[in-house]
Amino acid sequence: MANVLGAEHDLNFKETELCLGLPGGAGGNEVDNSPKNTGKRGFSETVDLKLNLQAKETGMDLNKNLENGSREKPVSAKDPAKPPAKAQVVGWPPVRSYRKNVMANNKSSGEESEKASSAAFVKVSMDGAPYLRKVDLKMYKSYQELSDALAKMFSSFTMGNYGSQGMIDFMNESKLMDLLNSSDYVPTYEDKDGDWMLVGDVPWQMFVDSCKRLRIMKGSEAIGLAPRAMEKCKSRG
Amino acid sequence: MSEDDDRQQSPPSDLEFVSNKARNCNATGSGSGNPEFQSAYPDQVLENVLHFLTSKRDRNAVSLVCKSWYRVEALTRSELFIGNCYAVSPARATARFARVRALHLKGKPRFADFNMMPSDWGAHFNPWALAMAKAYPWLEKVHLKRMSVTDDDLATLAELFLGFKELVLVCCDGFGTSGLAIFVNKCRQLKVLDLIESESSDDEADWISCFPEGESHLESLIFDCVECHINFEALERLVARSPSLKKLRLNRYVSIGQLYRLMVRAPQLTHLGTGSFSSSEIAGQGDQEPDYVNAFAACKTLVCLSGFREIILDYLPAIYPVCANLTSLNFSYANITAEQLKPIISKCHKLQVFWVLDSICDEGLQAVAATCKELRELRVFPVDAREDSDGPVSEVGLQAISEGCRKLQSILYFCQQMTNAAVITMSKNCPDLVVFRLCIMGRHRADHVTGEPMDDGFGAIVMNCKKLTRLAVSGLLTDKVFDYIGRHGKLVRTLSVAFAGDSDMGLKYVLEGCPQLQKFEIRDSPFGDAALRSGLHHYYNMRFLWMSSCRLTRRGCQEIARAMPRLVVEVIRSADEEEVDDAVEILYMYRSLEGPRTDAPKFVTIS
Repeated sequence: MANVLGAEHDLNFKETELCLGLPGGAGGNEVDNSPKNTGKRGFSETVDLKLNLQAKETGMDLNKNLENGSREKPVSAKDPAKPPAKAQVVGWPPVRSYRKNVMANNKSSGEESEKASSAAFVKVSMDGAPYLRKVDLKMYKSYQELSDALAKMFSSFTMGNYGSQGMIDFMNESKLMDLLNSSDYVPTYEDKDGDWMLVGDVPWQMFVDSCKRLRIMKGSEAIGLAPRAMEKCKSRG
Repeated sequence: MSEDDDRQQSPPSDLEFVSNKARNCNATGSGSGNPEFQSAYPDQVLENVLHFLTSKRDRNAVSLVCKSWYRVEALTRSELFIGNCYAVSPARATARFARVRALHLKGKPRFADFNMMPSDWGAHFNPWALAMAKAYPWLEKVHLKRMSVTDDDLATLAELFLGFKELVLVCCDGFGTSGLAIFVNKCRQLKVLDLIESESSDDEADWISCFPEGESHLESLIFDCVECHINFEALERLVARSPSLKKLRLNRYVSIGQLYRLMVRAPQLTHLGTGSFSSSEIAGQGDQEPDYVNAFAACKTLVCLSGFREIILDYLPAIYPVCANLTSLNFSYANITAEQLKPIISKCHKLQVFWVLDSICDEGLQAVAATCKELRELRVFPVDAREDSDGPVSEVGLQAISEGCRKLQSILYFCQQMTNAAVITMSKNCPDLVVFRLCIMGRHRADHVTGEPMDDGFGAIVMNCKKLTRLAVSGLLTDKVFDYIGRHGKLVRTLSVAFAGDSDMGLKYVLEGCPQLQKFEIRDSPFGDAALRSGLHHYYNMRFLWMSSCRLTRRGCQEIARAMPRLVVEVIRSADEEEVDDAVEILYMYRSLEGPRTDAPKFVTIS
């Protein structure tokens, strides 16, 4: 949906470099923002972030403890490494996901938030599935993460082998054809120009910025897209 | 617009076993095989009298007088309220009440709203829908909160209840636009369709077009939470043929230009949700913009305004004509500053309910306090709901409100920092407070001026606000605050605790001191099994107890379950975890006449 107040992001290739880092770098919204309209609230994703809590001022420790009333620091079997004290906690503050999502969708008037608190929701349809889903592309840092998430949503779907960088090598036509022929389903997306492209043709961040909509289509249908995708890729240089 | 609104005080209808004494008033001591007591008047007289009783509290009391009153009450109760859908089965409810016209049902506990409970926990409407279809084919109204409603359920409502008139879904999920399409199409008598903060999936079904042709009976259509495009032309035609329409809340896919067209067709509206309040294109230099001011001015009966989902501030002055009449204003999705608020709020002299974002800062709250002398309910939500973000509102705003809005009854206030002094001041200035919910977003945050815990502030609230029934506490809190609550919070029914307390004593104070306590939710507080035991005398009087990330063990929970056979004790773990140790992640326990439910998913263990 076109938002009058939206601002274009400058492409920053340094930022699109794949690297290791903790998820949720954008802040608390990550924890509770689950893809809308799945009916699931992503509890299993958020529970990993339910880290040991350290009270800042009093040193009071609220970790679960098998001995009643004990105030010693227990060792939690799940999370031996203490996180930074500012780690976000599931369900806190108690603001409904619905409201958080709306705030994330709205951009404050005339002002660009420096945090990635605006989400990038796109519809995902899969040929043959009766319902659409929505995903927030900003929740993922790579094609692999997106692929995993899509696989969970549409359990019969897996992305093919995308190579070490997670990108398709469009220069190699036979490799591309192998990929399309070997997959039952292939993710495609509609970009800003309205063209349907194969997912994986550009660096991740570029993809997030230009993807308007996702469609998981049969590999055999996607073959029709490949030549166009290669053209576009070549013209970008 | 209220998010939580129940007034149940006396023993509820679902507990038949509570007071057998009262019901056996016909059994006198003399002789054996007593015949049933013949009352001095026929049942019909009692029936006629009881028709005047609508409050569920009154009806519950009536039903406990004696057997014949119980029977007549059961025949005449037309609105059935069940606060926990698992407390009583559909079969039991339909067996007791013969002529129900309206059903009000609540499912999941409130903490489920904050992703604290795995999805698929339960609260399915389906068994109720089917039971109602058999027992009450004349059912007219269904009001659900935190239930899972499927498209099939919506179809059931529309197809099996010929006179169905009113559907209200609050914080529900499980359905999609396809279900809505079937529902609105088949429900020929529909008057009310209110979808409030519910999650619906976008199946791209054009449900607005599915309303039947011809004059509609619609009085209320609320769909601001439905996140999908709608067919505007169909909506416009629908509004045009709904002369009784009073409440209309649009979703954010409706632009201001489209809003204008609807308002022009429906100047009789009393409640309006404006949709996006922005335009999809930027109007060019010479373009004629519709006269929005005039459209609002034409709505002489408008008293409740909300929406503003993607507000373009240039359009805001359009609402000036209605401000003087507004009793309810919801700006909680509009990121506006104090300066932008002032010209509006300074006209809202009659305002009673105000929901807003903290973007208005303390200064904005001061402006509210200066004008809104009739304010009853205030909710201040955070733009940035994280612990360490900037805090645009603080004790300054709270104090200002307490000084200007003396009639305040209900407050929900999110902030980063607070002082005891401001809370104490509010407790003295606003003696009518019934609901006090303060959320200091930083966990364990002390009074930022004195460095003290926030105990005294909340203590003053329970001491000075004699009508208080709902309380949510936050900030750095010791056991002392619970001592205060136990001593003075005698009317408290709903209590929400997070990251608070030092020891089991905290929980004990409350369980032993608060006889009216019904709904108790606790997270991340150091209360263990011993504390849990101290509530045994009271749990049958409560709707539920939720404790997550506390210090409970399975053994402790099982003990409670053994001691109280009519309590369902659910231990819930995250869907991924195996049953590793004895520690309990989430305890959710509630009284029930039915015993363990049969629809519990794998990650729920019922002791």
